[in-house]
Amino acid sequence: MITSQEQLQSVASEYKKKTAAFDAVIKICCGTGCVSSGALSVYEGLTAGLRGEGLADKVLVKKTGCHGLCERGPIVVFGQDEILYQSVGKRNIDADVASLIATVKEKKVAEQLLYKGEEKGKRYVSPYEIPFYSGQTRVVLSLNGALDPENIEEYIAEGGYGSLHKALHMSPTEIIDSIEKSGLRGRGGGGFLTGYKWRSCRQAQGNPKYVLANGDEGDPGAFMDRSLMEGNPHAILEGMAIGAFAIGSGQGYIYVRDEYPLAVHRLSLAIEKAREYGFLGKNIMGTGFDYDIDIFRGGGAFVCGESTALISSIEGKAGEPRSKYTHTVDKGLWDKPTNLNNVETWANVPHIIDKGWEWFQSTGSPRSKGTKVFSLVGKVKNTGLIEVPMGITLKEIIYDLGGGIQGDKKFKAVQTGGPSGGCIPEVYLDMPVDFDSLTKLGSMMGSGGMIVMDERSCMVDVARYFLNFLVQESCGKCTPCREGVRRMHEIVDRICRGDGCRGDVEHLEELGKAIQLSSLCGLGQSAPNPVLSTIRFFKEEYIAHIEEKRCPAGICKDLIKMQILPDLCTGCMRCAGECPVGCIEGEKKGVHVIDQSRCTKCGACYDACRFGAVKIE
Amino acid sequence: MIEFKLNGRDAQGNQGETILDAARREGIDIPTLCHNEILGSDGRCRLCMVEVQKGNRRRTVASCLYQIEKGMEVFTETPDIHAIRRALLELFLARNPASDVVRHLAERYGVKESRYGKDNDKGKCVLCSQCVRTCETIVGVTALGLSGKGPAKKVATPFDEPSEACIGCGACAAICPTGHIYMEDKKGIRTIWKKQFDLAKCPVCGRYHAPVMQLEFISEKSGTPLDELLTCQDCR
Ligand SMILES: Cc1cc2nc3c(=O)[nH]c(=O)nc-3n(C[C@H](O)[C@H](O)[C@H](O)COP(=O)(O)O)c2cc1C
Ligand code: SF4
Ligand code: SF4
Ligand code: SF4
Ligand code: SF4
Ligand code: FES
Ligand code: FES
Repeated sequence: MITSQEQLQSVASEYKKKTAAFDAVIKICCGTGCVSSGALSVYEGLTAGLRGEGLADKVLVKKTGCHGLCERGPIVVFGQDEILYQSVGKRNIDADVASLIATVKEKKVAEQLLYKGEEKGKRYVSPYEIPFYSGQTRVVLSLNGALDPENIEEYIAEGGYGSLHKALHMSPTEIIDSIEKSGLRGRGGGGFLTGYKWRSCRQAQGNPKYVLANGDEGDPGAFMDRSLMEGNPHAILEGMAIGAFAIGSGQGYIYVRDEYPLAVHRLSLAIEKAREYGFLGKNIMGTGFDYDIDIFRGGGAFVCGESTALISSIEGKAGEPRSKYTHTVDKGLWDKPTNLNNVETWANVPHIIDKGWEWFQSTGSPRSKGTKVFSLVGKVKNTGLIEVPMGITLKEIIYDLGGGIQGDKKFKAVQTGGPSGGCIPEVYLDMPVDFDSLTKLGSMMGSGGMIVMDERSCMVDVARYFLNFLVQESCGKCTPCREGVRRMHEIVDRICRGDGCRGDVEHLEELGKAIQLSSLCGLGQSAPNPVLSTIRFFKEEYIAHIEEKRCPAGICKDLIKMQILPDLCTGCMRCAGECPVGCIEGEKKGVHVIDQSRCTKCGACYDACRFGAVKIE
Repeated sequence: MIEFKLNGRDAQGNQGETILDAARREGIDIPTLCHNEILGSDGRCRLCMVEVQKGNRRRTVASCLYQIEKGMEVFTETPDIHAIRRALLELFLARNPASDVVRHLAERYGVKESRYGKDNDKGKCVLCSQCVRTCETIVGVTALGLSGKGPAKKVATPFDEPSEACIGCGACAAICPTGHIYMEDKKGIRTIWKKQFDLAKCPVCGRYHAPVMQLEFISEKSGTPLDELLTCQDCR
């Protein structure tokens, strides 16, 4: 068991000595994204190749967590981020592995594996030069991609568990004061002040107390929390142990959805190791403080991320939310005082204890401090996982980090806050991204999903898409959410199909407001957001659908017709080749014609034609 | 005694009392569907929403669960509350077109028609869960539950099969505010929740009075000999 700062340091320096003996370090991303694009084969190919070259003990090859550029994975990084290779092994694994070995042996940089920039021919060597990375401020993700998450010594070598040791020699009130003064707000969506929550839970009557982590991450397409749990599980455990000490808890749970087996695996391993080293369990670091953590695997309903449903689910009951008129800090798990925070919130804690609340407070916007992890997806050039200071503008995220809109199309809106968030139009691109400004725009921070949409997105159709998700995910406990959201979906669906009536927009606004005001939990209270925010900023699109039976973006199938303009058609046959139903006829070099009766309006011909000859009416 | 304000007037209530209970005592009308005086509530129907103001903070809450606090102001008839009631009743009308209870309530609050397509698969059930709670907390057998989620949520026995636990007591049918639960006594047999129960025939008057299984259950719970219970209450 480690009981002192000196012992921590000695583990760290021993480990550093051990790694310094290697000639080179190679970090292979083994996050879920890269694993699914073949990272494990790259790892095996590389280690076998190194053995063949007799370099096996000269080169340290690490499997790390997500680096953020998942779409360009598998990602391989050399040394202290000197070189970044992308799409390694995607086309030719043997050749790429040979390039990796050549990079080690001859310091030869493999041009073809480097990240390509926007400007013609520009290649970036170090990740620090790539705008996607250089525009970020990585705190929570600082060690994601650097560490082997299955090796606790690596975490300790980076100063890990030093904050826990420090905190255990502070008073609980001092710790809570620091967290409160830092301004940290919960990263799970609501933006609740973390220090305030901890204090209320510490002061709550009742024993035992529970300190929980929310790793449910129900938002479709979001992977911030998963990446963190997979890439740096010890940071979450360390944060929880600090919080538990401050609050006075002896037992905790991490709630992880069942669809995240790798996160469960890495967290379990981390818990086991942390117990071995004396960071969890009885008499932590010899201070007499006891706290242990177990993993609870959730069934994966979106609503189970909601705090009271999550608690019911741990208790073995149906995942239905409860009314929050008694706070969970007073009566939570098994009716005992309970403090729940999102995993990203927990991962911020060791940094605050280590570097001080003043440091944390110095980043961010006036009422939203620190950094936030986002998953940036949709029609941007660089999709991936990013961490940026709060208060950065949407424009900076989308254009500087994201590299702008794919195919240089026109930006239309960005959807933030997950399925029940809202869509923000172009005029607000200069808005700072923080809890309060997003809420002001009728959207929200949520857990950090960000979906960029271009001119080829119909906002009514987007609203319909999110509503459909919410109808599926409503738990059905309360009337407004169960009955109301499905009726909103019916109306929006009708509008998309060309059967909208005058008055529908007002009806949606009126029903949406009633649902917001009367639903029992956050799901229903925010479910109308996708509709209300698109009505607010894109009302003319609703009107076009309802009154002119026209879909301006050319998406709603019942309202459009694909047509090939004879004057522009060159007879290149591309469209006919792409059409999945084979309904385009025409000779080579002759004008092509669409058989309207069979056309499914999928848009493939529109995207395929290089001469703009396909017109959507 | 806790002093607070109700629609602008001074009002009083006891510690731990809900807004709904206090308001009803004061003669204020608040509609409910899922609340029951004995069973309490778990906040499902949302018809009982009211507005609460504390300091500068004003919000809508379910009056059947929210406890009164000193100095708070409660408003039960604001434009937002009316809009919520009307929206919910319109939704209920579409869900339960056959329910008189729903229709009467809707009429009382000025909702005549529903703009939505009518459901024909939900019967009269408003998902108030009173049957489930009765079976669990009053009868003590937990034969019913809420299954499914979202619009597919319904009350049912496990897997929709005749429940092993059900004793045919009919308490769920008696409590149901809408008359949704089907129960029939015919030729000495009671049918409820797809299960059939033999009714006990009183040896004195010859009347069928209660399911044998229910009497066995009571006998076991109370220690009263079964023979005694088989005789109906009138002849005992
Ligand atoms: C429908 C719904 C889903 C939610 N899903 C999550 C989730 O997946 N992860 C999460 O951390 N918080 C989620 N939340 C927020 C939690 O209820 C809770 O506020 C949060 O975990 C508290 O942690 P924080 O204070 O650190 O943000 C959800 C809330 C709602 C209403
Ligand atoms: S708002 Fe929706 S998810 Fe929340 S309790 Fe009501 S029905 Fe369930
Ligand atoms: S829209 Fe799709 S189905 Fe219709 S012609 Fe074009 S490619 Fe074919
Ligand atoms: S009849 Fe069956 S389901 Fe109904 S309350 Fe009695 S035991 Fe429960
Ligand atoms: S069957 Fe009756 S008591 Fe049971 S939930 Fe439905 S309406 Fe309520
Ligand atoms: S999983 Fe490899 S970069 Fe995200
Ligand atoms: S009576 Fe309060 S929610 Fe139903």
